[in-house]
Amino acid sequence: MNQITSQSGQNHAGGMRELISFRIGAQEFCVDIMAIREIRGWTAATALPQSPSFVKGVINLRGAVLPIVDLASRLGFESTEASDRNVIIVAQIGEQVVGLLVDAVSDILTITDDMIQPTPDVASETAKTFVRGLIPMEGRMISLIGLERVLPDMELEAA
Amino acid sequence: MDPLAAIRETFFQECEEQLAELESGLLAMEGGDQDPETINAVFRAVHSIKGGAGAFSLEALIRFAHVFETALDEMRSGRLAASSDVLKSMLRAADVLADLVRAAHRGDEAEHPLAATLAEELRTMSGAAGVDDESEEDWGDFEFQPMAAAVDAPEAPPAPTGFLVKFKPRTDLYAKANEAALLLRELTRLGVAEVELDAHDVPPLSELDPEAAYLSWTITLTGDADEISIREVFEFVDGDCELDVTPLAGESASPAGGDAFDLSALLARVQGDAPAEAAPEAEAPPAAFDPIPEPVATAPVAKPPAPIAAPPAANEAAEGQAAGGPRKTEAGATIRVDLDRVDRLIDLVGELVINQAVLAQRVMEAGLARASAVAMGLDELEQLTREIQDSVMAIRAQPVKSVFQRMPRLVREVAAMTGKPVRLVTEGEGTEVDKTVIERLADPLTHMIRNAIDHGLESPEKRAAAGKPAEGVVRLSAAHRSGRIVIEVSDDGGGINRERVKGIAIEKGLISAEATLSDEEIDNLIFMPGFSTAAEVSDISGRGVGMDVVRRSIQALGGRITISSKPGKGSTFTMSLPLTLAVLDGMVVSVQGQTLVAPITAIVETLQPKAADVHSLGGHARVISIRGGFVPLIDVGMALGYRREPLPATQGVALLIEGEGGARAALLCDAIQGQRQVVIKSLEANYRQVPGVAAATILGDGRVALILDIDTIVAVSRGEMRKAG
Repeated sequence: MNQITSQSGQNHAGGMRELISFRIGAQEFCVDIMAIREIRGWTAATALPQSPSFVKGVINLRGAVLPIVDLASRLGFESTEASDRNVIIVAQIGEQVVGLLVDAVSDILTITDDMIQPTPDVASETAKTFVRGLIPMEGRMISLIGLERVLPDMELEAA
Repeated sequence: MDPLAAIRETFFQECEEQLAELESGLLAMEGGDQDPETINAVFRAVHSIKGGAGAFSLEALIRFAHVFETALDEMRSGRLAASSDVLKSMLRAADVLADLVRAAHRGDEAEHPLAATLAEELRTMSGAAGVDDESEEDWGDFEFQPMAAAVDAPEAPPAPTGFLVKFKPRTDLYAKANEAALLLRELTRLGVAEVELDAHDVPPLSELDPEAAYLSWTITLTGDADEISIREVFEFVDGDCELDVTPLAGESASPAGGDAFDLSALLARVQGDAPAEAAPEAEAPPAAFDPIPEPVATAPVAKPPAPIAAPPAANEAAEGQAAGGPRKTEAGATIRVDLDRVDRLIDLVGELVINQAVLAQRVMEAGLARASAVAMGLDELEQLTREIQDSVMAIRAQPVKSVFQRMPRLVREVAAMTGKPVRLVTEGEGTEVDKTVIERLADPLTHMIRNAIDHGLESPEKRAAAGKPAEGVVRLSAAHRSGRIVIEVSDDGGGINRERVKGIAIEKGLISAEATLSDEEIDNLIFMPGFSTAAEVSDISGRGVGMDVVRRSIQALGGRITISSKPGKGSTFTMSLPLTLAVLDGMVVSVQGQTLVAPITAIVETLQPKAADVHSLGGHARVISIRGGFVPLIDVGMALGYRREPLPATQGVALLIEGEGGARAALLCDAIQGQRQVVIKSLEANYRQVPGVAAATILGDGRVALILDIDTIVAVSRGEMRKAG
């Protein structure tokens, strides 16, 4: 891991915050680490009827029934063909716990708020819905994602 | 909740217990029980309710309870014979009392329609037994409104007088879980009291028996209270204490002062006699001594002197006496626990069970020999897990008594309305079942008992003609049978009139006139929606609902209900229910590679469809003919969107199911895997409700399986069929 990792675990004061970054295809995204409960390997999900295509189904997380959202499909990319190489990020969203299917978790970033650049005004609804800002990092671009509307029923409420 | 509201809530909870005790006591007496302890228990129940009601100023309740209590007191003292008529009135009075308690709970001030009549009846009883009712009445009001009473009490002397009460509890008093502090507090309600503690008998700590009683009190009570009401405070400890009530000389309301207790002297003795081992040896007293202020002799009673007096046994019982009335203690200690905690524990153990099953399956898959140490250790773990599950479920289990004891009253009411004399016999009241099930048992049971009396039993004339005793018998029993609870409601009436039932079913278009039905099938027609044999909707069992509602609520609990009937001998309704709602008996099926669970209670039979029996109605709509009738054939995979093209019927297995309201349908699945008990898991907790899915569960391989919501699947596919047609 690079030097950024070594900075993690330091103080949160002065607008510092920690983000967890992950890959979907060639893209890099990150979410606030405080929302993340655990990271686990992919296990086959039980398909749910009458559900949007980005809901992969439900898995058993130590006795709780956990819905799995294919984040690629949710963000408007091609849906993920899940395999053992994929990873599920278990996130707490409000009262609910949801699994996010991604390709790989890459890093923990410690950034200050002023490093986050506003999302440029683009036409994509998906971008407006999920992308909270962009973070330039060593020549790469990492999109900061908000998880509040990942689940479908929240989408229904908004509609 | 503010503290007073919480106490009030406790009072009403305890009232329910007292009411149950009252009723079962009266019923026992009606059944010939002549044990004086029974009438005492009945009296205590009413007295406690009255006492508690006094504390909350529930006037209507106090008035009625008082009259009731007076009549019971007459009976207790043998002046009023416990004849059958008297007991019948008393049972009705108990019903009214129960109504008044519930009305008070709701904050309902309305007059009870029967209260006045029954109060009059009770008064007549007590009066007939030779008691001057009026004066009783007066001191009754007096007792519970000490502040305002002077006006109502004609015999109250003009100047405040008082009594000198000497009270010395014996060890027995505490052993019976009475509490001296509560008695003293009760006494302070009667007027201004000065309490002095006499601790001269307290031995040195080395000789002190922590269970024994050493303390006595001298209370100088000034106010308008009379001797009777003072003695009444000590009513339940009569014989377990030395009590001496003497009127004060009148001129003096000051403490007698003579034998006041000097704490410092005692402390000196304690320290002198047992300097070193004092603390470890004395179990209860050391802590108890602390809160007593120095000039203990004239400490106001508002600060109860209890801590000093209460031996461990009394402490334990104190909570149970919050309503102010002493009552019998049960054998075995109990604690009150927040239900949420128990529920959480049950959830966790459910997860443990699943986890254990997953582990067992993994070990099998790993190819370890059955005799290997790991596999054997796992077997033991399985046994342990099961035991834990059983014990944990037992925490939430309750005897069905709590539901059964509501039924005698119902029987009395329905019997009075229909004019049929009825005796209710209950069996197996101690049978335990999960609290979640108990709560939902009352409605169907009420309905079935009403039905048994109204429709099951014949009129007295008909019974006489059939050579049966005039009094009909309704039997209510509960028992455990193969992991379920079986509840039976039977009557010794005329049985089901099959001709009539069939006639009505044909008339209402429920069956065709040509249908040939077995006796059993005819009997079960009464569960059809829209079926009611009563010529007109009666007030008792009609109410616009029929046995179909009973069956629906039983099915919603994962239960089954059946009827058996013998003409001229009576009918028996048998309900079989799961012991808990946390698990479900399921049929595990596979559909398009998915594993699904269908609740077994809804499944009537399974069958292998033959090509000749399946007919297409156009589109994807199909019906299957089963013994001459047609039921819709629903492809589960299509209904849930797992596949676009229907499975050829002959390649699958059909589950013939009966949904709410008795509608039948055949669900087509790919294969049946087996039958299993599954733990119910919520899907909504982390996701949302999914149409066609009732809940989820976790199978032995650790994967989630969905539990089918059969009614929705049937309803949805019916809607599609309508759209298609």
